[in-house]
Amino acid sequence: MAIAKVNGVEVEFEPGMTVLQVAELAGEEIPRFCYHERLSIAGNCRMCLVEVKPGPPKPQASCALPAAEGQEIFTKTPMVKKAREGVMEFLLINHPLDCPICDQGGECDLQDQAVGYGRDDSRYDENKRAVEEKAMGPLIKTVMTRCIQCTRCVRFITEVAGSPEIGLISRGEDVEITTYLGAAVTSELSANVIDLCPVGALTSKPYAFEARPWELKKTESIDVMDALGSWIRVDARGSAVLRVLPRNNDDVNEEWISDKTRYAVDGLGRQRLDRPYVRVGGSLKPATWAEAFAAIAAKIKTTAPERIGVIAGDLQDAESLKATKDLFTALGVKNLDSRQDGAALGAGPRESWLFNSTIAGIENADVVLFVGANPRIEAPVLNARFRKQWVAGKTRFGVIGEQADLTFDYDYLGAGAKTLAGLAKSKSDFVAALKAAERPAIIIGQGALARADGAAILKAAAGLAKTVKVVREGWNGWNVLHTAAARVAGLDMGFVPAEGGLATADMLKPGALDVLFLLGADECETAASDAFKIYLGTHGDNGAHKADVILPGAAYTEKNGLYVNLEGRVQMGRRAVFPKGEAKEDWSILRALSEVLGHKLPYDSLDQLRAKLFADHPTFGQIDYAPGSVAVSFDVGALGADGEVSDAPFESPIKAFHLTNPVARASVTMAECAAVASGAAKIAAE
Amino acid sequence: MVGILEDKDRIFTNLYGLHDWGLEGAKKRGCWNGTKDILDAGRDWIIDNMKNSGLRGRGGAGFGTGLKWSFMPKEVKDGRPHYLVVNADESEPGTCKDREIMRHDPHLLIEGCLIASRAMLAHACYIYIRGEYVREREVLEEAIKQAYEAKLIGKNNVHGWDFDLYVHHGAGAYICGEETALLESLEGKKGQPRLKPPFPAGAGLYGMPTTVNNVESIAVAGTILRRGAAWFAGFGRPNNAGTKLFCVSGHVNLPCNVEEAMSIPFRQLMEDHCGGIRGGWGNLKAVIPGGSSVPMIPAEQCEDLPMDFDALRNLKSGLGTAAVIVMDKSTDLVRAIARLSYFYKHESCGQCTPCREGTGWMWRVMERMATGEADPKEIDTLLDVTTQVEGHTICALGDAAAWPIQGLFRHFRHEVEERIASYRSGRLHVQGAKLIAAE
Repeated sequence: MAIAKVNGVEVEFEPGMTVLQVAELAGEEIPRFCYHERLSIAGNCRMCLVEVKPGPPKPQASCALPAAEGQEIFTKTPMVKKAREGVMEFLLINHPLDCPICDQGGECDLQDQAVGYGRDDSRYDENKRAVEEKAMGPLIKTVMTRCIQCTRCVRFITEVAGSPEIGLISRGEDVEITTYLGAAVTSELSANVIDLCPVGALTSKPYAFEARPWELKKTESIDVMDALGSWIRVDARGSAVLRVLPRNNDDVNEEWISDKTRYAVDGLGRQRLDRPYVRVGGSLKPATWAEAFAAIAAKIKTTAPERIGVIAGDLQDAESLKATKDLFTALGVKNLDSRQDGAALGAGPRESWLFNSTIAGIENADVVLFVGANPRIEAPVLNARFRKQWVAGKTRFGVIGEQADLTFDYDYLGAGAKTLAGLAKSKSDFVAALKAAERPAIIIGQGALARADGAAILKAAAGLAKTVKVVREGWNGWNVLHTAAARVAGLDMGFVPAEGGLATADMLKPGALDVLFLLGADECETAASDAFKIYLGTHGDNGAHKADVILPGAAYTEKNGLYVNLEGRVQMGRRAVFPKGEAKEDWSILRALSEVLGHKLPYDSLDQLRAKLFADHPTFGQIDYAPGSVAVSFDVGALGADGEVSDAPFESPIKAFHLTNPVARASVTMAECAAVASGAAKIAAE
Repeated sequence: MVGILEDKDRIFTNLYGLHDWGLEGAKKRGCWNGTKDILDAGRDWIIDNMKNSGLRGRGGAGFGTGLKWSFMPKEVKDGRPHYLVVNADESEPGTCKDREIMRHDPHLLIEGCLIASRAMLAHACYIYIRGEYVREREVLEEAIKQAYEAKLIGKNNVHGWDFDLYVHHGAGAYICGEETALLESLEGKKGQPRLKPPFPAGAGLYGMPTTVNNVESIAVAGTILRRGAAWFAGFGRPNNAGTKLFCVSGHVNLPCNVEEAMSIPFRQLMEDHCGGIRGGWGNLKAVIPGGSSVPMIPAEQCEDLPMDFDALRNLKSGLGTAAVIVMDKSTDLVRAIARLSYFYKHESCGQCTPCREGTGWMWRVMERMATGEADPKEIDTLLDVTTQVEGHTICALGDAAAWPIQGLFRHFRHEVEERIASYRSGRLHVQGAKLIAAE
């Protein structure tokens, strides 16, 4: 530890820190615009100037200056004050005075720092510069006259998102931030530039002129758009969720969220099921809760348990899964499945379906093999971590599956199961590196597991994992990349067919069942099934369209619930608004239904339900804990089963990134994004 | 005798292109003579002699060339090659010395590159040449070809130091003459200065140890080492040693490039080489002594002025590139400085705030000062703005934009005030008087 003085106070710091960081350690606030902890240092806004001794007799940019032993840092001297005032005056001379109509108002770094560090008036009498608006796609609204050229957006898109589509063109006072040829930004992480923008140059297009930050009720919650469980803040006014912002969590999402996480929320106000429905004479008619329950009870009471099946969806909280499982198990039903896609997971120890290296821990892997996974669209925020490793030159990547643009370079090994089977004996450079690696990792995706031969592919991958010893003392490199937020919770509580029970695909076959209970299950094709279908969910989507009874449930922003992310981390989502109309929280619907069915569930409150959940499945009690590489007894080679393997290439289950769940499919914003992404809509650069 | 420097002591003996610039001609003038002995003497000998010669960088900042070379790591480590980069992006208004070296004495430069590369253990050197210098580049490339063919440079050359020399043509941006912006541009990126530290000697071109030198600094190295450090140090005042190319332009009878001893009195430089000031010595008004970015000095300070780094620094100006811009009494100084402000506004890279916003602001105010439309109290505001730009930017362009304005007001503030006053006289409304409508 080295020691420096900040305003005369000694501070200990780690060598390698910058002057700005050392000053912050000492509790001094250093104003800044271009500096951002997770981006490279640009040093161009000049707002963070401080006086440093020893050094030249002029202020230094503290964000870029390495702190040194014995350095004296001054942040309050007249020189620093004048420098800050000067820079602030320069920033403001060409910044429009449109705060009253600017969406950044109230959360604007420039506004705040102008009050804190600026002069009280302007001496600039010339005309202000005007800059043309830029087209950046359906998410990012631009008012480029407000831009202060800090280049945070350029650095984010280039460094973190890995799609260098935003740049700074021209020079001098004519510099402009723009996308290449005015095209929409294609990155799945593009909207993070809105958070990064310290002024109102890049603001949220769907949220434009919706609200002021101080009007919003802010709720800290968990995202369900992918299996990562990103930390989010849900901003709501009245009954409407207006926007979602990321929260910092270095172990999960750092401070990024995907565009889907951020912008699918307008789907929470559309296509909603706000009251129960019962199908009468071929069409769905509004009904009361009592009528709906009566219709269900009439059907279930007259049906044998083996003719009843339950499929759980991808956005469900653990409590509703638990209540469903408890209810139908009590009825004697064995046909339960939480895997709509039929992924070959659920047997074996918990490690077999977790992302065991953990999200933060995967940064320690030196060689990573993707099997049937496209992390860029299945978990974009996680993909940014892979890119970070690649940029640092720490990790080598190999891919079996789709040859997609992952924003980093990889060794392409092959398309399908044949490559996987032959890999252990392959003489390729990558395999040699995988075998020689200190911390090798295999990341297997649903593209490999969610198919008829998934179990056999799992066995092949597990065999390879055993050969290259991905599980070793202090390291577990066996990682499953899930796409569904509810999947790990479902598998953890054994929401899979009991002994002799049917799995999803078998339940959906014609004549297989008489009653099918769909708990928010919208991703499986139920048309072929002739069973009586009960749908509990939020949106008029695939599941509801073919249902005979619809029970309106609560979306993820409308209930308190536990979610388990792909690394096995149990996280608590919180209610931001109330369910729509007559809709109720899912667990309470199931509790009420259980009474009608004569098998009353043994809990009357969410707390009691959670207590039961924790008692039955202790892993759920460890909130915000990722198990990681603790289990050395895990025998990865034993996973999977023998079987025929088809030659079909691995394909990601996600065909359209923006349309993967009922909330996103109801979202107008996501529809626009999907149209742009697929090429169906062109954004004019006008 | 004309001037101080005798013909026998000139380094650039073909400065005016009267002789053959090619290899044969250059050899006759002494170039490539004993180069192998110099290289064989080794790194330390070369650097010590460069230090002892007192050569200060000729690009403008005047930093000791030998000292700069000594900052390079003493050995090539971890497979990180060293590079020499020659800054031939000569764009400073008034400066036109490097182009004469490149088109008339290119072999001096090539030889200097080889020697400097030997001293800093570099096997590759890049010459970044200004975009507008097309003919200069053609000559330089031809000369490099000659040197390759004669095995003076290249792999397995006669000097026993593998050495490759590349010419990179810039696109004509002034800012690419800033050493780190030059490196960015050389790497194929947008020419924007880098933050320092790290300095190029630690992490320069492609992150490798690099030294960037001016053309003249490199081109004189061969002759200095041939004739000895003491010979070179014998010219000029202490700490301002050597010979120097002066580029004199403006209101002199014979504008010229001339190699002279450092510390030559300004008046002697004018009268011996430039045919005197237009209209006689008494007609001199002001001088910008070192290229457009240094502050001007008034005629009365030029009387006994030695042209060197220290003397000009004491006058709060600078020798810069020794591009002397002479202005006689017919000059509209305010207009001249306003034009320079436009230049800096146009050439600012736009990366950092004070320069991006400040250069435009200063130019606009200067334009109004030039016509007299400005308000008298804007003078102090303008000077305050120049201090807000100066020293607050990533590179020195901010300083370069501020200094000419500061120089103008330091010595000729009364001219601006008079102009504003004369514009205002008779224009009651600009003085804030109320206009009464003729009802």
